[in-house]
Amino acid sequence: MAFVTWFKRNLVVIAGLLTLAYLLLPNVVVTVFSFNKPVGRFNYAWQEFSADAWTDPCGVADLCGSLALSLQLACWATLGATALGTAIAFALARYRFRARGAVNALIFLPMAMPEVVMAASLLTLFLNLGAQLGFWTILIAHIMFCLSFVVTAVKARVMSMDPRLEQAAQDLYAGPFQTFLRVTLPIAAPGIAAGALLAFALSFDDFIITNFTAGSTVTFPMFVWGSAQRGTPVQINVIGTAMFVVAVLLVLLSMVIGSRRTKSRA
Amino acid sequence: MTNGTGGDVRLTGIGKTYGSFTAVHPLDLTVPQGSFFALLGASGCGKTTTLRMIAGLEEPTRGTVHLGDQDVTRLPPYKRPVNTVFQSYALFPHLDIFENVAFGLRRRGIKSVRKQVEEMLDLVQLGEQARKRPHQLSGGQQQRVALARALINHPQVLLLDEPLGALDLKLRRQMQWELKRIQTEVGITFVHVTHDQEEAMTMADQVAVMNAGRVEQLGTPADLYENPRTTFVANFLGTSNFIEAGIEGASGPDVVLRAGDGRLVLPRERCRTPATPGAKVLAGIRPEKISLTHADDADSVPEGRNRITGTIADAAFTGVSTQYVVDSPVCQEFAVYVQNVDRDPRLVPGARVVLHWNPAHTFGLDAAQDAAAGVEEAA
Repeated sequence: MAFVTWFKRNLVVIAGLLTLAYLLLPNVVVTVFSFNKPVGRFNYAWQEFSADAWTDPCGVADLCGSLALSLQLACWATLGATALGTAIAFALARYRFRARGAVNALIFLPMAMPEVVMAASLLTLFLNLGAQLGFWTILIAHIMFCLSFVVTAVKARVMSMDPRLEQAAQDLYAGPFQTFLRVTLPIAAPGIAAGALLAFALSFDDFIITNFTAGSTVTFPMFVWGSAQRGTPVQINVIGTAMFVVAVLLVLLSMVIGSRRTKSRA
Repeated sequence: MTNGTGGDVRLTGIGKTYGSFTAVHPLDLTVPQGSFFALLGASGCGKTTTLRMIAGLEEPTRGTVHLGDQDVTRLPPYKRPVNTVFQSYALFPHLDIFENVAFGLRRRGIKSVRKQVEEMLDLVQLGEQARKRPHQLSGGQQQRVALARALINHPQVLLLDEPLGALDLKLRRQMQWELKRIQTEVGITFVHVTHDQEEAMTMADQVAVMNAGRVEQLGTPADLYENPRTTFVANFLGTSNFIEAGIEGASGPDVVLRAGDGRLVLPRERCRTPATPGAKVLAGIRPEKISLTHADDADSVPEGRNRITGTIADAAFTGVSTQYVVDSPVCQEFAVYVQNVDRDPRLVPGARVVLHWNPAHTFGLDAAQDAAAGVEEAA
């Protein structure tokens, strides 16, 4: 009886913990197996503890090359999609122009369309244009599908912004450029940052579209997929774990900065 | 704190149309330097559009805006020596209070702002809050930040767009006095937009009553209240009773009117319509000017007063006064406010009464207008 009461009282916490476990279990497995020393080519059964892969993360041919390429692609795609997407979002939120409705609807299409369809049509397009498949075709494709996410994130922020804030800035002697720099941009910044983070993550781990538009170029997701056919090197787990840790550290850092800021103001 | 080189705000033939809708009909308005000026009207009457044209946030379709001798009609808002306190304040949410107040100084390239900002925050009693963000302050505090942010620039004119609209009644009263105090202290011209007639009358030296894109009447609060020129002004500022009467003729400085069976007297100089015998006129009287006497004591009413008879339909005790609604043959729902000095216990709903007042308090308006104009808007 006492157990039932305790259970009832802590139901929310238990459900929360179980959900967290469900979300994090894959990461735990990846981390554990990054310290494995597998027999044979597959890293699917636990053998013994070893830090070999951690001391030599680039030990597998082409792994670090593909990782560098993916990071490079993700950075440029983020930059391109964020710049273009922010401009589009402002145009859609602020101005009334002829094709506004159509643009508003079409911009969401890449999010709704099955990726494989987009990938196939992009490939057809590139081939017909006689484009050399590789870094640039991947980048163009990535910017394209990241764009809609950035537009969505930024537009929501810009739409909810009080237009009187910009008028107040103008009233207080800020010209159009100063108004944008000092008021519009800082207030839109969280939306732009959210869009940029989404774009980075989407670009970095995209497989389908990249696979179609890459030609003989190999990005990190393609490398993982390729090696999974022949056997999985432990280094893949190392890279995966490292990225997870970096992401967690970034989140913690932003939380610490945020709480310190509110504390200093209180 | 003012720069004495300022001057009046002069609007000449200024008007604004949006497509086929006319928000402001061409109007002329002069706001004297250093005065507290109110634009009063219901929502949609064009008062905010007029204010925004002074600020430069709205481009007039026609006419010009002058500040002193300078024509600022074509100047963008950031080049006008005018600052605005916006409705719901429009404080920058990403900046703290200090930076909000310093914004205008910094944009004009002033480097050492600390002393000025601190003085200004002290003036509005917010020195302690300098490092907080706007959302951490109460409504009244935010209002004062908005005021400080505008005042620190020593504008020639300060524009206030319904600055007290979001505050509760008690705080609004307090801020009314506060604003008036600050205006007197800094001596800057204030142009205040409001739909609250009491607020306009409490604070302003001069009030322009606007209706449907036009200035209905311009004057001091007392002048507007005592001598309304239209039924809209009479109803929008306070309450008025109107009796539709026929002009019988003139007698010396007065106009004699016939309403039902009774005669009323109206000073000729307070009659806004030609005193042609046989013409109609709306005789207006404010509820607090009227005395109420029980019909049994009708003989005690002094000679020479305007009098009508009626029956009390309703009485509401409000502490300071009792507000009666009296049904009379010449006017349904006559409002009468009686100070609670010596209350006559017989004055209860159903009682027959005589309403009487000094004829000098009567005003006469053109009968062609709607006697109820402005009643809805004022409510």
